[in-house]
Amino acid sequence: MALPPEAAGGAAQSSSIGGSAAHKRERRDSVVIRFAGDSGDGMQLAGMQFTAESALAGNDIATLPDFPAEIRAPAGTIAGVSGFQVNFSSGEVFTAGDEPTVLVAMNPAALKANLDDVPPNGVIIVDKEAFSDANLKRAGYTSNPLTDHSLDKYQVFTVDITKLTTTALHDTGLNNRAVFRCRNLFVLGMLSWLYQRPIESTVNWLEGRFKKTPEVLNANLKALRAGYAYGETTEMFASSYEVPPARIVPGTYRNITGNTATALGFVAAAVKAGRPLFLGSYPITPASDVLHDLAALKNFPVYTFQAEDEIAGVSSAIGAAFGGAIAITTTSGPGMNLKAEAIGLAVKTELPIVITDIQRAGPSTGMPTKPEQADLLMALYGRHGESPLPVIAAATPADCFECAYEAVRIAVKYMTPVILMTDGQLANGAEPWLLPETSRLPEIKVDFRTDPEGFLPYIRDEETLSRPWAIPGTPGLEHRIGGLSGEDRTGNVSYSPANNELMVRTRARKIAGIVREIPPTEIFGDTNGGELVVLGWGSTYGSIREAVKQLRGKGKSVSHIHLRYLNPLPQDLGDQLRKFRKVMVAEMNMGQLIKVVRADYLIDAIGCNKIQGRPFKVSELTNRITRALED
Amino acid sequence: MASALSRKDFVSDQEVRWCPGCGDYAILAQVQKQMPEFGVPREKTVFISGIGCSSRFPYYMNTYGFHTIHGRAPAFATGLKVTRPDLDVWVVTGDGDGLSIGGNHLIHCLRRNVDLKILLFNNKIYGLTKGQYSPTSEVGKVTKSTPAGSVDFPFNPITVALGSHASFVCRTLDVEQKHLAEMLKRAHAHRGASFIEILQNCNIFNDGAFNELTDKPIKAEHQLVLEHGKPLIFGKNRDKGIRMNGMRPEVVQLGNGVSESDLVVHDETNLALAFMLGNFEPPLPTPIGVFYATSRPTFDAAMNQQLADAKAKQGPGDLDALLKRGDVWTVK
Repeated sequence: MALPPEAAGGAAQSSSIGGSAAHKRERRDSVVIRFAGDSGDGMQLAGMQFTAESALAGNDIATLPDFPAEIRAPAGTIAGVSGFQVNFSSGEVFTAGDEPTVLVAMNPAALKANLDDVPPNGVIIVDKEAFSDANLKRAGYTSNPLTDHSLDKYQVFTVDITKLTTTALHDTGLNNRAVFRCRNLFVLGMLSWLYQRPIESTVNWLEGRFKKTPEVLNANLKALRAGYAYGETTEMFASSYEVPPARIVPGTYRNITGNTATALGFVAAAVKAGRPLFLGSYPITPASDVLHDLAALKNFPVYTFQAEDEIAGVSSAIGAAFGGAIAITTTSGPGMNLKAEAIGLAVKTELPIVITDIQRAGPSTGMPTKPEQADLLMALYGRHGESPLPVIAAATPADCFECAYEAVRIAVKYMTPVILMTDGQLANGAEPWLLPETSRLPEIKVDFRTDPEGFLPYIRDEETLSRPWAIPGTPGLEHRIGGLSGEDRTGNVSYSPANNELMVRTRARKIAGIVREIPPTEIFGDTNGGELVVLGWGSTYGSIREAVKQLRGKGKSVSHIHLRYLNPLPQDLGDQLRKFRKVMVAEMNMGQLIKVVRADYLIDAIGCNKIQGRPFKVSELTNRITRALED
Repeated sequence: MASALSRKDFVSDQEVRWCPGCGDYAILAQVQKQMPEFGVPREKTVFISGIGCSSRFPYYMNTYGFHTIHGRAPAFATGLKVTRPDLDVWVVTGDGDGLSIGGNHLIHCLRRNVDLKILLFNNKIYGLTKGQYSPTSEVGKVTKSTPAGSVDFPFNPITVALGSHASFVCRTLDVEQKHLAEMLKRAHAHRGASFIEILQNCNIFNDGAFNELTDKPIKAEHQLVLEHGKPLIFGKNRDKGIRMNGMRPEVVQLGNGVSESDLVVHDETNLALAFMLGNFEPPLPTPIGVFYATSRPTFDAAMNQQLADAKAKQGPGDLDALLKRGDVWTVK
């Protein structure tokens, strides 16, 4: 649970329990740490290992990496600053946290880029040596913030990170550059002590990672342990902190990013369907990791085809679906634009594929590493002609698994392309994932037509209206499909006006019928209705849920409805929304779901919008909701 | 290994709707005629096309067929062939479909050497959209979209294919039924991306584009039929040949001290020679036949091999083990 800074800062004092006699140990309910440095400083790695340590310590966690699109912007510049934020807590965590309670800044640029987010009295840990005249100039500082009193409202800890790392590694035989690159492990060790994290998981990880280069392994372990020992022995930090384990549902967990969960969801679906998985994809930020993950799983079997472009990515998937594979394509906004025509063909030929749009901030190239939700209307309507298809959106990194699985299940059952939406925040963010019992995953039944008796390519199942999946290689079912308007049942090219309308309406009816798959809408809060409900979809789930919880804690009549299914919408959604006096739609766009809500339900909803390539802060939502309650 | 099937088994029940007199009819008839010869069951045969006159082709074949979107047929076919290597996959495209909107997919499919048979009908015009110039139209082509004549230099499909490192490249003509049959056989027997340029007359919008190559009285003077291991001889009386003058090919009259031994001997495995022949333009004759044929691993086989190797090494995929990969902890 991301507590507001005053709550996190005003932690309960507990007596010193063990550890170094020189240090007190204090209890905290929730801490948010942001690791920030140059792209090459290894901040993502330090952050991810700290996250793993925290998960093993039993905390609930959420993370959000924030890195530049440039792989290596000039060293020391603001453009090259890479950050990783982790929120770990003894309560339930919904977001990576509004503000860092601790900022680690490895150089002046990292300090400058992140300082605005640090609350007054927040902890800032900096590497003293990095604040050289040259680095200060690169970051645009005219005077040294460590000495000019501009940081007086924060608790600044100036640590000789570079010097201490260099000293600890003096006998490793590594050159200066290699030693410098171990600073992140020193920092990780120091923070691991400060928050009483066990470092065994990091040691294990390093041993695996540097198995073939023992000298590098040795140096990294030394840096890690030196940082830990520094925290313990120095007087720098008056106390260390303890964040007790959260009360978590029993089971087996792993930490997972949205992209990995997406990849695993697809593999699980293909395994359940008993068919090979085929991914046709073109590299694009922030979607490429799904391609990377799946490329390593060939034995399942998984085919990954790095296509020549986005169009070939989706087209090859449709070709594979025609042949009977579980076929998917992955992309982000710019690629969605390019795939639109082919998706329309999949709608018309009624072939099952899943198109994953891992949204990023637009328009055009926009901010490729930053999240946004501005592709919703494109997903719903962005094809020529009448071409409805199901749209599903994931709420959290781990939820990407279920949503990817569900997307395949629906695609196959209804013989339709399905769009799965996530975004850059989910893709790279991570959280603990309660591993599912694979035997209890819903059935995905692949039922290829084999009987030529009475076969026509477009005869339909009475309930689902889906057409038969008749794959090449099946004797007696030879048939032709294509994009031209086709006759009912036979699929033969037809220009009959009445037939065209019949087919358009039949396909629309098929998609609308998927509503039977959607569970009743859950209201978090006043289930019988109340003053205001916040409606959201996708990655805003965590921020909205936390904001609503906080306001309810203050006695406000505020509720939350989260949508996983964007098309079709749940049957009861209109009725549920109408139970509230006010409906607010919170989205990271200019207001897209709100248009659908107004059009479908004639509800004059209130918009809450942010288009900054950053998730909603909980405080932004609570402020907006509070204002709306007063209006 | 001809099957018991006949030509009519490959004729679908759909009425063919090309313009009367279109060269496509002759190609369709020859393909239907050759299919039984290949011995591949109908259900194992798939025709995939893009958009354009030529791309109506799959509707007329009584096999599996997929009429896709403009230019993208090679991409659809790649996805299918990779996951279903048991299928015999044909791509039917045209000069606009394959070389303009779909140029990217064509070159990549050729360089990857996906085991596809690609028929590119080249009529040097856009027929379905009623007569605009195409990327293979000659400079100065006057059409509705280029009333003052086109100004852009055309693609040569053969050299595009060779430049993409296609492993099999040939050219034939719609009206040369025997030669077309021979090329289809060769292309089908080849493992890898087989590229067949079929010069095809559009009698509505570009009639007579290939008259020099098809008119009986004159065609022998303009057609150079390539045969592996044989000297480059042409002409009605087979009295002309191609000789190298330094690095340049030239037409020579046989006799008067010029003999067959002076002529270039065709070698399908010589890529440099294939490029030279592909670039022949008047006064040199237009080569038809196999320019280039080489054997190299196919993309689909290599990809499936990687899957097989992974399975042999790691065992079949274990979903439960996969989900538990990495740092896992248990909460009690």
